[in-house]
Amino acid sequence: MTLRLGVPSKGRLMEQTFAWFAARGVQLRRSGAEREYAGAVEGAEGVALVLLSAGEIPRELGAGRIHLGVTGSDLVRETLPDWQAQAAELAPMGFGHADLVIAVPAAWIDVATLEDLDAAAAAFRAVHGRRLRIATKYHRLVREFLRARDIADYQLVDSQGATEGTVKNLTAEAVADITSTGETLRANHLRLLEDGLIHASQATLFLSRGARWGGPERAALAGLLGRMGLAGMPPGQGDGAPPADGAGLPAT
Amino acid sequence: MRDAAAERAEAERLFAALLALGATPVEADILQPAETLLDLYGEDIRGRAYVTADPLRGELMLRPDFTLPVVQMHMAGGAEPARYAYMGPVFRKQEHRGGRPSEYLQVGFELFARAAPAEADAEVFAAFAGMLAPLAVQPVTGDIGLLTAAVRGLTTTEPRRAALLRHIWRPRRFRALLDRFAGRVPPPPARRALVEALAAAPARALIAAAGPLVGLRSEDEIAARAAALLEDAAAPPIPGAEVATLEALMALAGPSDRALDEVRRMAGRLPALSPAADRLAARLAALARRGIDPAALPFEASHGRTTLEYYDGFVFAFTAPGREGWPPVASGGRYDALTAVLGRGRSIPAVGGVIRPALTAALRGSQPGGAV
Repeated sequence: MTLRLGVPSKGRLMEQTFAWFAARGVQLRRSGAEREYAGAVEGAEGVALVLLSAGEIPRELGAGRIHLGVTGSDLVRETLPDWQAQAAELAPMGFGHADLVIAVPAAWIDVATLEDLDAAAAAFRAVHGRRLRIATKYHRLVREFLRARDIADYQLVDSQGATEGTVKNLTAEAVADITSTGETLRANHLRLLEDGLIHASQATLFLSRGARWGGPERAALAGLLGRMGLAGMPPGQGDGAPPADGAGLPAT
Repeated sequence: MRDAAAERAEAERLFAALLALGATPVEADILQPAETLLDLYGEDIRGRAYVTADPLRGELMLRPDFTLPVVQMHMAGGAEPARYAYMGPVFRKQEHRGGRPSEYLQVGFELFARAAPAEADAEVFAAFAGMLAPLAVQPVTGDIGLLTAAVRGLTTTEPRRAALLRHIWRPRRFRALLDRFAGRVPPPPARRALVEALAAAPARALIAAAGPLVGLRSEDEIAARAAALLEDAAAPPIPGAEVATLEALMALAGPSDRALDEVRRMAGRLPALSPAADRLAARLAALARRGIDPAALPFEASHGRTTLEYYDGFVFAFTAPGREGWPPVASGGRYDALTAVLGRGRSIPAVGGVIRPALTAALRGSQPGGAV
């Protein structure tokens, strides 16, 4: 068996991933025809490149069908329940930065913090007879964030795109969405809450705890990490340390 | 490993015990309208319940508990007083690994009665204590009504009392609000800046300057809350002695008879506690008449604060000591306010509880000679 490394199959994220590995002495490239999702790895033994949609990589990590994967840290947290038990962060990669934030209309002068949002939600419910709606596609992350901060009287509504427009379209009162510069939020007359940063995401190299880790895969991992100068980093270190019983590689 | 046959046999035994106490058997649909559940329990329930889409009926949930459908059924035309027993599977999504089942049988008892609430509380508690009697379980009781009475008795503004009451079930936010209202923690800088700005300019001017208003929340609503914040900034802190009494009450734990003595002493400092203390006394007397000794019954004033927020009076649970990670084997309480919300103007005092046959079966199986 070989070590399967899943990386984004197209676009800027793929290019930046290839450049990140190349800077560490490992060449990734797409092989074959332009439209074929096959790849090759040079500079590390026993590693196979698997090109996938970035959104599918968390699921493949969780299922153990790939040993390593490059994807946004937000997607892993959103997709995998108890993600630390299923995956470990090997290295933040320094690109693909995006913040998941809560934003409200800029004209809400009375709402600067989550505490204000909670109180405004109570008042909104009393006036309108229903909960204040927050549009998002990050249901798990947003719900866990708001639950941990004891926010009540809100309701999440699903929005898979153009989330910033939901307030103007009267399908939500607030949003929880990804932003890198805040430009789109401002253009839609929205403003971040001061303590509304849910997660600062970036492209990250993950390890799957549930993949088959036999001798050859462990050897390939050691070779790959050694080549890239990451050998000293034990799996699972970094932001969000895994539970003690899940530390390090899974037992074979 | 789930032993479905043992769980089912145990459920039937518990169900029969409730019928023997005079309860009427009732059923409930497994598919429940999601909207009502979401409105009552909030977004938390969506994280915990299986949601599915029906082409005609919209969003539905696999029954996360029986209380809601049983209350709805009763309010649609049940006779009073009424005692109901039910048995069947409930479904709870588990977002964390480690073993709690996502589908299990629940047996429950609900009592709707306008007269003699203390008797009703005692009857329900005694029913569960009786079913659990041979097993190694530990009871704990509490009374959310004491906490709400204490908050209602605080010398402060009505909006502050309302904010605290709303967060009785969310202890961290309750604590943060209390610290603020007691003057122990200053308001955040953004709040102070807003209050200063509001002193210099009308809210409507500030709203207009902040940007075009988008969304359903109106200028009136924003201005109303801004006015409330301005008023709040001028409100004096809650007197320290009252805060100390409230905190002592929340920390109160011990045998029920001694807890009652303590609450009576607190009522000397916070007179609003007196009626709630009388209700506690009446309940303990009713329990004693059913053979449950208040001196041996643990009371924790904060018990029930972290459950789903519909219990508003007596609360109880039975836990299994030494069983790490187990949920309560049985739990319940009084939920008068829930019936008012669901009854749209009508309400009926109600108290009830649930028991998990899978857990009692496991306890029975591990006791010497326990298989009755």
